[in-house]
Amino acid sequence: MSTLTTTRSTASAAAVRDVRPVSFLTLTLVEWRKQLDTRAGRWLLVVIGIITAAVLTIMAIVNGGNHSFQAFLLGTSTPMSMLLPIVGVLAATSEWSQRTALVTFTLEPRRMRVGLAKLVSALASAVVFFAAAVVLAALAHLAVVLFRDVDPAWSLDLGVVGGMLLLAVLGMAQGIGFGLLLLNTPLAIVSLLLLPAVFSLVVMLIPAVQDALPWIDLGTSGQVLLMGQPVDGEGWAQLATSSLIWVVAPLVGGLFRVATREVKSA
Amino acid sequence: MITVEHLTKRYGGHTAVDDVSFTAEPGHVTGFLGPNGAGKSTTMRMLCGLTPATSGSARVLGVPFAALTNPGRRVGVLLDASAQHAGRTGREVLTLTAMTTGVGRERVETVLDLVGLTSREAARRVGAYSLGMRQRLGIANALLGDPEVLILDEPANGLDPAGIRWMRDLLQGFARQGGTVLLSSHLLNEVELVADRLVVIGRGRIVAQGSKEELLSQAGTFARSDDDAALAAALQAAGIAAEVLATGGVQAEAEAPDVARAAARAGVVVVELRAAQSRGLEELFLELTADDAREAVSA
Repeated sequence: MSTLTTTRSTASAAAVRDVRPVSFLTLTLVEWRKQLDTRAGRWLLVVIGIITAAVLTIMAIVNGGNHSFQAFLLGTSTPMSMLLPIVGVLAATSEWSQRTALVTFTLEPRRMRVGLAKLVSALASAVVFFAAAVVLAALAHLAVVLFRDVDPAWSLDLGVVGGMLLLAVLGMAQGIGFGLLLLNTPLAIVSLLLLPAVFSLVVMLIPAVQDALPWIDLGTSGQVLLMGQPVDGEGWAQLATSSLIWVVAPLVGGLFRVATREVKSA
Repeated sequence: MITVEHLTKRYGGHTAVDDVSFTAEPGHVTGFLGPNGAGKSTTMRMLCGLTPATSGSARVLGVPFAALTNPGRRVGVLLDASAQHAGRTGREVLTLTAMTTGVGRERVETVLDLVGLTSREAARRVGAYSLGMRQRLGIANALLGDPEVLILDEPANGLDPAGIRWMRDLLQGFARQGGTVLLSSHLLNEVELVADRLVVIGRGRIVAQGSKEELLSQAGTFARSDDDAALAAALQAAGIAAEVLATGGVQAEAEAPDVARAAARAGVVVVELRAAQSRGLEELFLELTADDAREAVSA
């Protein structure tokens, strides 16, 4: 334990030197770090890694391992896309469930900026995860070509790959949106996993609105991206409207809620 | 410098903070004293821009908290020592603050050393910390940006007597360097040790404020004698309000010479005679506490 004088010697200098504002880049990097520096965050990564490894192993074993690079990519990116929203949820809700919001928002009182930094850093994570999925799929395909005499099939349908990336990014944004809106980890995860499924189930039971399903259900409109056929104008419009409902609306509502809500410790 | 003017917070029909005004000045440790639920934390959250005020204003260093540029470098805040992610290590908590505020990473080691957390303790997850360790980590986090003002909510909670003495030295040193300190507590003895100015709050209202000496000296005189009952009767006969304390001795609302004269007239032998010190404030405080006490406090 040193004396206070040694550390406060710079105090007079602190008052004089101009204090630089907190940049958005700094906030984004801090939020990025926060996704990974907790035990829960690391475990989630481990789980995603294990599931991906399991999928690749199964694919390499069954059917003589005869899968193209793109098939492997679909295999690695699909479970990842399903779990990424949970990374987003944790990034958004842990401030409240762990009450760190008290510290976060006294270091940066402009809460909207913090919320946006969370969004940007989470989307960056989604891109990095996807890049990792591509690398793993390439390695898996290389392995079956080398060791199981599978014919090399490296060609990728860029439309489908772009679609996978878009779905990963949308999923992450949706996780952040649900997290910011509900501010409660279990509630946000359960809603995220159940609400869209229950919603599409209910819609399918009502003949009058059945045809509207692709317009209002992200799962349905998102599938089109992975079909391998060019997506037409209607397809994009359906993706836009369903994203508006399931991604943009929760995000906007969540950002607004965080910006206006009273931050308490209990 | 902290300036609070007519700050009020209502939750529906309940007024948590009612027209609170006070200042905390540089060079002083200001204690914010009140029983649990008196509105201390709500006031401090309004001060830090976390809770919107119903009316009134709060300024830190001349501006509303939210208008500060990089507030972590100007104001050190600890509102709840337990409000840390249980899954992060102590060092990681400080590293995040260092990154946000833009101070060098070496500052993390400096404040860890300052609050007496070893590097082994800093490498453990906060979930495994005792309350005292969390308080030290929280104070380290508040000091990290080398601020001019400290706002600490119940920082002595969970500290052992040695820890409280350490904190007194730390905060008084900070104030001596020209810093402003506002700290809250629900324990009079704690605040008495650490602060030199007091703001006392009860049920959302300020009930007393001033320097510690000022508040403590209003208390009258304490006397111990060979016959406390006779002394009290003699004092009352002389028109001096007096009562026999359950713990022994007599509490009189008069100066010491008047008490001595009354004792001499009654022929009572006084064995101790002095200013009552913290008695008055304690009475005031117990009164406040007793009114909304869940368990009976007053004797």
